[in-house]
Amino acid sequence: MSRSISALAVALLLGGFVMPAHAASTEADYKAAYAAAESANAEAGKLRNQWTTAVSALKASKAAAEAGDFDKATAEAKKSEQLSKAAIFQTNEQKENWKLMEIR
Amino acid sequence: MASTIRVRATASGDSTEVQALIQHPMDSGFVKNAKGELIPPHYIQQVVIEHGGKPVFIADWGPAVSKDPYLKFAFKGGKKGDDLKVSWTDNKGASDTLTAKIQ
Amino acid sequence: MRRFSGLAMAGLAIAVAVLSAPPAAMAADTPNPPADLKAFQKFFKDKFPKVKFEDFVNGPYSMDEGLYKQWKEKEEFPPYEFALDLGKELMAKPFKNGKTLADCFPNKGIGIRQDYPHFDAKQGKVITLELAVNQCLEANGEQPYSYVKDEMAAVTAYMAYTSRGKVFDVKIPDDPRALAAYENGKRYFYTRRGQLNFSCATCHVQSPGERIRAEVLAPALGILNAMPIYRSEWSGMGTTSRRFTSCNSQVRGVPLKPQDEEYRDLEYYLSYVSNGLPISGPGARP
Repeated sequence: MSRSISALAVALLLGGFVMPAHAASTEADYKAAYAAAESANAEAGKLRNQWTTAVSALKASKAAAEAGDFDKATAEAKKSEQLSKAAIFQTNEQKENWKLMEIR
Repeated sequence: MASTIRVRATASGDSTEVQALIQHPMDSGFVKNAKGELIPPHYIQQVVIEHGGKPVFIADWGPAVSKDPYLKFAFKGGKKGDDLKVSWTDNKGASDTLTAKIQ
Repeated sequence: MRRFSGLAMAGLAIAVAVLSAPPAAMAADTPNPPADLKAFQKFFKDKFPKVKFEDFVNGPYSMDEGLYKQWKEKEEFPPYEFALDLGKELMAKPFKNGKTLADCFPNKGIGIRQDYPHFDAKQGKVITLELAVNQCLEANGEQPYSYVKDEMAAVTAYMAYTSRGKVFDVKIPDDPRALAAYENGKRYFYTRRGQLNFSCATCHVQSPGERIRAEVLAPALGILNAMPIYRSEWSGMGTTSRRFTSCNSQVRGVPLKPQDEEYRDLEYYLSYVSNGLPISGPGARP
């Protein structure tokens, strides 16, 4: 059970939020990233396990885009997508592993 | 309309123990509602408790006191059957008072 | 960009490898609620041998002596008194059609809180007290209450108060749907969720009596018996629905809607494994 904590923590840390340096993001970059993030969040929603931080990153992304900051908007959208993907991973992993916690 | 004040006063030996629970929002003025608007300050400024016509307890409250405040204290004197008067006034000019019997 | 995804893939690969080893001692998966109940209650009794069985319903107060003293004093003049008065009033207040909330319940709603939740064969689902209240309102053409506080908390507080001391005796009828609901609730309880990756069990099975930030954690055994509660943190009353939804957001999981199936099934599981414990609500909590 402590194994499943550290495994997911490792996944979160490595799949984490190191934003690589690259050329400035365009509106098209933002739109693509946002669409991917929205879809991942929707899938997490279908699994009944959306993360609040994924939802707030999505909102932050949209707000940044509306303010014209496409670098930030794209970065937030990518962060949101990573979080939702981790949520999906967590749900699938827990499908059997919830039993590790069960009092027997 | 029920009073906002609940009192329980018990005489024991030469002193009386008083507990009171007061229904009041005690809004500090620093909290925002769901729409993001500041809820205006609305709090009790003074509580006065009297026995035999004389104040035995006076509290000067403000925004730091939480909602539905509870207070407890003891004073020398008072016996079973005596009246105890509890009153409060708030920053909007509202007030309430209740007289209870010491048990 | 490519290196970034490579690291992510490596991370996920490590995670999968670590987790693919099957958990040790996975008992056969035939549901056995009575065995679950026995194991559940034994776990907490063994963990806290000095706590009297019926005191498990006091949550953090039975876990910490200092908290217990403060709570006992506060119970002389509890903060939920105002909610009780409102609840009593609402139970008797006539609807537009002349009926009252009390009319929807056996014995006018007095002394029956421990009969919820139960599995309703006709509706094919778990009915909680909160759901029953709103079903009554809607059946009589009235606006339903919000599930999390105010009127719902007041009404369920009054119903709990008039049932104090009566024990849970939740049944799982011989109906595959009821058993499925129980198992669903159990699974929900133990499943990790939210970015903080906590399950209900993480706090209430692994860490009762310990602290999370400044709060002392309650054991899962008897945890619903004091509901609804006046919580100092909320500066007000909150229902079981409020607690479930706020626990979800506290672990950074978006809450479901109050009284969604998972929550009702969770309440069913938690009430069943607390069978034999008395109703102590409404409660006051830090």
